[in-house]
Amino acid sequence: MAELSEPQTMRSWRVSTLANPTAFMRLSGKLLPWLIALTLILFAVGLTMAFLAPPDYQQGETVKIMYVHVPAAWLSMACYSVIALSSAGYLIWRHPLADVSAKAAAPIGAVFTLLALVTGSLWGKPMWGAYWVWDARLTSVLILFFLYLGLIALRQAIDEPGRAGRAAAILALIGAVNIPIIKYSVNWWNTLHQPASVIRADGPTIAPSLLWPLLIMALAFTILFVVLHLKAMRAEVLRRRCDAMIAVHVRGDAAQDRAGGEAVSHV
Amino acid sequence: MFDLGPHAGFIWLSYAAAALCILGLVLWVWTDERTQRRRLADLERRGLRRRSSQQNQDKP
Repeated sequence: MAELSEPQTMRSWRVSTLANPTAFMRLSGKLLPWLIALTLILFAVGLTMAFLAPPDYQQGETVKIMYVHVPAAWLSMACYSVIALSSAGYLIWRHPLADVSAKAAAPIGAVFTLLALVTGSLWGKPMWGAYWVWDARLTSVLILFFLYLGLIALRQAIDEPGRAGRAAAILALIGAVNIPIIKYSVNWWNTLHQPASVIRADGPTIAPSLLWPLLIMALAFTILFVVLHLKAMRAEVLRRRCDAMIAVHVRGDAAQDRAGGEAVSHV
Repeated sequence: MFDLGPHAGFIWLSYAAAALCILGLVLWVWTDERTQRRRLADLERRGLRRRSSQQNQDKP
């Protein structure tokens, strides 16, 4: 066999390193303690800054709800994007780790979406006078929550893991159309929800004294999501190893039974 | 403690909901990994092997 040139060797090493479940377990095991420490530090700093931040000139202290609502809402979309990308990876390359990533992220995304809806309602009541209005932003986020529940339920409904993974991946990619709808709903339709005030073409419109605590809290939530996702992926890799061991054992027993039966029939 | 104004209840409820969600997720992922690790150790103790290790054993 011809020897691989150096660039080819490097490329194949990188792909196999990232995609190999054993290497993933080793690498994530090394990374997790650092990420957990970083999450705790960021939350300590973020919460201190959030509670020391000045009140908003219109909303007063109620603006403090923003420091948990906005990161949860960002993560609800980011987590779905991770699922959509992983699903595309699974459908194209059929790599089991991509399916593990999609499966592990769904319950985490569902919880962050629920948190965004609950904190949004708690913010809406004192500011708008209503816990809920059927405007485009709120309704599209509610649809996102139902999409997460649909993805989880679909996997539970199909026994064969390969088929369940493919069906969930197709549903995840169809549902991905909801992400730009959520993002631009406040621009496309006349909504009660305020338009984007951080990620804008002309820069953030929030005062720096309120923006910095928000950015630190958003970073804390994001690193927390990475920690939770890696831990959930590790559990899923271990679950699949156990299931594979049991399947090999059962097949081995069945083969022995067949061989025994054939021996008896030949006697 | 903090004077969070007339809507303090809504603010504390939001932070309580966030804490509940985060603690619930942390508890779930940690418990799930520990359960699967124990399950794997139990299967290995019973003599079950992974397909890859069996293939390695079968090699001459």
